[in-house]
Amino acid sequence: MKLLDKFTAHRMHHSQDILKRLWLELRIFVPVSMASALFYYSMYSDSFATNLIYSLCSTLFIQGLIEIGRYSLAYRMRKRSPDNLDAQRNWPGWALMIPWIVVSGVVGYVAGRELGDLLTGVHRAPATITENPRALLLSMTGVFVLSVGITYFFYSRGRMAAMETRAEAAMRSAAESQLKLLESQLEPHMLFNTLANLRVLIAQDPPRAQAMLDRLIAFLRATLDASRSGSGSHSLSAEFARIGDYLELMHTRMGPRLNRRLDLPDELAGLPVPPLLLQPLVENAIKHGLEPTVAGGWIRVSAQREGGTLVLSVRDTGAGIGRGGAGPGGLPPGGSRFGIQQVRERLAALYGKTASLELVAASDGEGGTLAIVRLPVS
Amino acid sequence: MIASTELIPSTEFIASTELIATTEHSVPIMKATVLIAEDEALLAADLQAQLTRLWPDLHCVASVADGETALEQALALQPDVLFLDIRMPGMTGLEVAQALAEDWPELAKPFPLLVFVTAYDQYALHAFEHAAIDYVLKPVQPDRLEKTCARLQAALRQRAQSQAAHPSWEAAIHTLRELLHVDAARAQGKPPAASPLRMIQASIGNTITMVPIAEVLYFEAADKYVRLVTAEREHLIRISLRELQQQLDPECFWQVHRSTIVRCDAIASALRDDTGKLTLTLRGHPDKLSVSRLYADRFKGL
Repeated sequence: MKLLDKFTAHRMHHSQDILKRLWLELRIFVPVSMASALFYYSMYSDSFATNLIYSLCSTLFIQGLIEIGRYSLAYRMRKRSPDNLDAQRNWPGWALMIPWIVVSGVVGYVAGRELGDLLTGVHRAPATITENPRALLLSMTGVFVLSVGITYFFYSRGRMAAMETRAEAAMRSAAESQLKLLESQLEPHMLFNTLANLRVLIAQDPPRAQAMLDRLIAFLRATLDASRSGSGSHSLSAEFARIGDYLELMHTRMGPRLNRRLDLPDELAGLPVPPLLLQPLVENAIKHGLEPTVAGGWIRVSAQREGGTLVLSVRDTGAGIGRGGAGPGGLPPGGSRFGIQQVRERLAALYGKTASLELVAASDGEGGTLAIVRLPVS
Repeated sequence: MIASTELIPSTEFIASTELIATTEHSVPIMKATVLIAEDEALLAADLQAQLTRLWPDLHCVASVADGETALEQALALQPDVLFLDIRMPGMTGLEVAQALAEDWPELAKPFPLLVFVTAYDQYALHAFEHAAIDYVLKPVQPDRLEKTCARLQAALRQRAQSQAAHPSWEAAIHTLRELLHVDAARAQGKPPAASPLRMIQASIGNTITMVPIAEVLYFEAADKYVRLVTAEREHLIRISLRELQQQLDPECFWQVHRSTIVRCDAIASALRDDTGKLTLTLRGHPDKLSVSRLYADRFKGL
């Protein structure tokens, strides 16, 4: 039943598509015929009606031939190389189309004249068409101008549609990555565990529950804002405050296993940074660094200035990246790649090559991971 | 140097306001022991308090905060019921359950009834729904936990009547197989189209030895390393068995124990002894590998 519905829907969609294409052909067919009728009316002494009949006939044949050629040539190209973008939008390319336009023009013109003769009841000797070379040349020029015009119309039409499709796809992928970012930041595991703790605290220690809820609210608001605006900026002190909220929530959950310190020199507090830029790094440090280890450890987020560069670092003493990295495949732990890649992409989009993210195994004895973000001070 | 402000609250947990409602629940009296494995102190204390309220005769023998301690304590204390958080430091709840099924002494008390606790694990949840074992979602809802208690009591009662340990054991093994299957499928789905490993780089000092995967007889987990055994020699590589397994061809390399993965071509024979225990012998190597109950079904046809 469902299959049948799908099939009918597909057929309806298909026939709708054909109707749309025919409507487009008609929309170009009528004005072209009118224009050529006017053109010949101004040149020949025949009545406008007669010229219109001939023009309609010729345009019908020429346009028909051009379009049949265009679709079938593009179809053949699609079969040979399915990835060809031009062929996908029914355009076989000018190199194939120009010879075909010449053929269509000549054949269509002659056939149109024959049909016109049949309709108007005129009987001409077969050679009349070549009697007057000047008139013929003029007619043929008109025919070719119109043929090329028709072809160009469909060519640019197809290109516009392709561009629209591309723009739509780009928008879709942007929306998708935004959603993925939001999903990664509002990680369900973190959210439900936080709510579970909150549920316990409400009964046990209401003031602490309230404080925790306030942190959660601030964190959620910042996350939603950052994923919505994306490109805005807030001050470094706001960035550290949000990281502080997140770490405080995690501390409620992990207890003494999580020690944390935020180092923000006062003179850097007002510098603008992209909102929640450091969040994925802090989250990785906890999720892949400290959470999996029994003993836990500490995390330190700090900012310093080196000349014209703002250096932000996130350091943990957790499991470290070396473990997976030294293995035969050299793969970093699964979930962290999206976060790191997302920070890199944001930096590249906002600062180009002047910003960087470095992720290294901490070199001192305590182990763990060190992530360093460098960006220009604007 | 690092300032840690608040400490976790005292574990002397004061039962919450919900206590008022519980007096009406008439739970049949049944003595049993429970072990709670949950890394978040607040949640562990709350779960314990809720259980005490719903099932006053359930005695909590221990509350532990990581996977390894959970395994150790479960083996030592042999509780009737085991609440296992899925995400814990050290070992995950699933890994604890697996290890427990492999190491549980044959003639001891019946295998504990397992209840998994999770905040959000969509893959695992899917398996739980089909499994006989119960699961609880965090935040733990009193109504849901009450149902869990009723189920556990029914299972314990049935067990006491039948007097035999085996039915519940078989059920647990069956469910764990199912869960491990789902877990492995999820792990394999994670890295996008990682092609199977063909060469392994094993470093000894400054030398890196290239070992073709076809020469490996078996891998064995050894602390933070994996021992790689070939016909001639053995190497240590710095990777977890779990990470390594994700890069191996599952058709070619079979897991036969939580700490052993063997190349199936290298197996010469599988011997079953009087107690039903399976042992593998290898081609071209004197080592014998034991097959855990969880993977024994691989060798049914042999």
